[in-house]
Amino acid sequence: MKTQTINNKQDVSNKTERITGSVAIVKSLIAEGVDILYGYPGGAIMPVYDELYKFQDQIHHVLTRHEQGAAHAAQGYARISGKVGVAMATSGPGATNLITGIADAQIDSTPLVCITGQVFSHLLGSDAFQETDIVGISTPVTKWNCQVTKAEDIPGAIAKAFYIAKSGRPGPVLVDITKDAQVNELDFKYEKCVGIRSYNPVPKTSQESINAAAELINNAKKPMIVWGQGVILGQAEDELKAVIEKAGIPAAWTILGASALPTSHPLNIGMVGMHGNYAPNKLTNECDVLIAIGMRFDDRVTGSLDTYAKQAKIIHFDIDPAEIDKNVKTDIAVLGDSKESLAMLVEALNENTHESWLQEFKDLYAIEFEKVIKGDIHPTKEGLTMGEVLKQINIESKGNAAIVSDVGQHQMIACRYADFNVTKSNITSGGLGTMGFALPAAIGAKMAAPEREVVAVIGDGGYQMNIQELGTIFQQKAAVKIVVLNNEFLGMVRQWQQLFFDKRYASTEMTNPNFVAIAEGYYIKARKVTKRDELEDAVKEMIASKESYFLEVCVEKEDNVFPMIPSGASVSDIRLS
Amino acid sequence: MSEDIKTYTISVYTENNIGLLNRISAIFQRRHINIESLTTSQSEIDGVNRFVIVVNITETNAIKIVRQIEKQVETIRAYYHTDEETIFTESCMFKIKSDLLFDEPQIQNIIKESYSNIVTVNKDFFVLEKSGRRHEIESLRRDLNVFGIMQFVRSGRIAVTKDEMKVTELLKAFNNQ
Repeated sequence: MKTQTINNKQDVSNKTERITGSVAIVKSLIAEGVDILYGYPGGAIMPVYDELYKFQDQIHHVLTRHEQGAAHAAQGYARISGKVGVAMATSGPGATNLITGIADAQIDSTPLVCITGQVFSHLLGSDAFQETDIVGISTPVTKWNCQVTKAEDIPGAIAKAFYIAKSGRPGPVLVDITKDAQVNELDFKYEKCVGIRSYNPVPKTSQESINAAAELINNAKKPMIVWGQGVILGQAEDELKAVIEKAGIPAAWTILGASALPTSHPLNIGMVGMHGNYAPNKLTNECDVLIAIGMRFDDRVTGSLDTYAKQAKIIHFDIDPAEIDKNVKTDIAVLGDSKESLAMLVEALNENTHESWLQEFKDLYAIEFEKVIKGDIHPTKEGLTMGEVLKQINIESKGNAAIVSDVGQHQMIACRYADFNVTKSNITSGGLGTMGFALPAAIGAKMAAPEREVVAVIGDGGYQMNIQELGTIFQQKAAVKIVVLNNEFLGMVRQWQQLFFDKRYASTEMTNPNFVAIAEGYYIKARKVTKRDELEDAVKEMIASKESYFLEVCVEKEDNVFPMIPSGASVSDIRLS
Repeated sequence: MSEDIKTYTISVYTENNIGLLNRISAIFQRRHINIESLTTSQSEIDGVNRFVIVVNITETNAIKIVRQIEKQVETIRAYYHTDEETIFTESCMFKIKSDLLFDEPQIQNIIKESYSNIVTVNKDFFVLEKSGRRHEIESLRRDLNVFGIMQFVRSGRIAVTKDEMKVTELLKAFNNQ
């Protein structure tokens, strides 16, 4: 039986057959190795759903409760697996509901293929029912998009979509397919796309740039690495580790770079950025060579550009030439794939250590520990802190969980305090800061990696932005663990209101529903913790659960996240309180 | 690098694709850069389109813009050049009452001196066409305005560069891969 299935799959891509456009869509997805897709049916995509019904033994369609949930679930799938996530929706509102997830995937370089149904081609431009110009709408937030109006163009468009989504710097693509293209017939033969003449996804790394970078690094007294998601996307974790260890360079990470190197590694000096660690932020303005790897100098990382690492020589490794000198002027740019260029760099580096320089990081960490971390994870006050919840999750999951965080205070706490032993374990909305991301993204992550522990850490605000996806968790039996850190506030906005708007808490206080009852309404086991002595047992029970589990932790209402670089300030002006 | 605002001609070689104009113009719109003119046409290579975009920006921004344009999947190559590095021209048309041609003898002199061409004449109007630099076209418009212009239209800039554009070689290299 098994052999036959494999042969059938090969047939899909080799033989020409006369089929409808909608069959071609499903067969193209199967030929691209898609096993799961997320979506929501509707008028203009119904022929495709009819075929998905027939092919359900080969491809599993997950009905989310909202198209935004489908897009984020596809993102979670992509982020944990490195594969292309697929989302599907109907025309009009179905398509526009995908946009937030697409924009999120664009700014966070997540490979996504979105397929939308469209009205019949003869109705295009006539303001037909559920017609919207989704190609026009999605243009600024997609790596590429197109509209297909002829059945025979479907396989080529889908092949191109997958190739573009995953090659080079990944990103979301959208293929809009009119209903007539879905119902008309074509001679189908699937050929994967292997190149596009106008598109050079991976610039070749030049040996000269590597030599120049190595010379700077070999002569540096105070080198510092800041790596980003480019390391994970390029599967260059081992190469990064080799570079760091050979040259003995303290290395920090951006929010999306988290987990590429275990948090326990002695040269891992923590997170940079607005709520990152004290030492790497402060010492960004002390290092003599700053080596940026697969990161894009986001404003949340650099603070004021006028005072960012002015004393340092800057080396920038990136796959995307448009990132070079975009925000920070570099002295040496190394273009190319991170796996390849870091492997070349290792060869050119001298073995080295920088003990006294590393000690500076340790000293500043000790200050941060005393002033911030201790109170966060070993609190002595009565109210529960977000940090101690993360500490408990670390203990119970042994640092092996994938943490899917939403956006806000809890996100910063999760990224600061989660232990990461395994790469691709920090799934969060970095660039776009999309509240509502975590719950659906955790579904996608769990379905892509069912063997992994997936813990969604969400605030009470963001949770309610896509709370409907509890229905998807229930229906799919996705064993997602959900932790809502409830402070009855939109905490990060409240923190800013406290610090910069004289405590005028405009529209940030939340009167919340009975979250446990809601989870139980979806038949998800649920528990609420209000006291410290209940926390350990509750987290233990949650992690031990084989099924999905909802844990609400009522935390201190007006805690702030520190350290903090106030918006527009210098990284050296990072505040501890 | 000079941070002065200058006129740059951005040349973009692209695949001929619906929607690409939207993608390229969005790059300028997002950064609040006004497009002074934009022309698209067939290029010297069959099936390859060429955009000529004129903007007033700093060189730093010109570099960033060109990189953002090149990042688009269907862009083959993009370049930026100063006025000194290009040969450029604009073209324009005037529609003028035919009576004036006979009533105002000066007009005939203006036409002659401006090296403009009469495209068509009928009993109601004649159409004058001229290619040249902006200031030449502007001066002609001012001269004719005295007598009354029924319609005036000017095209965007078209430009070729003094440098070689190595797009053909680029495409050949791809085909030989």
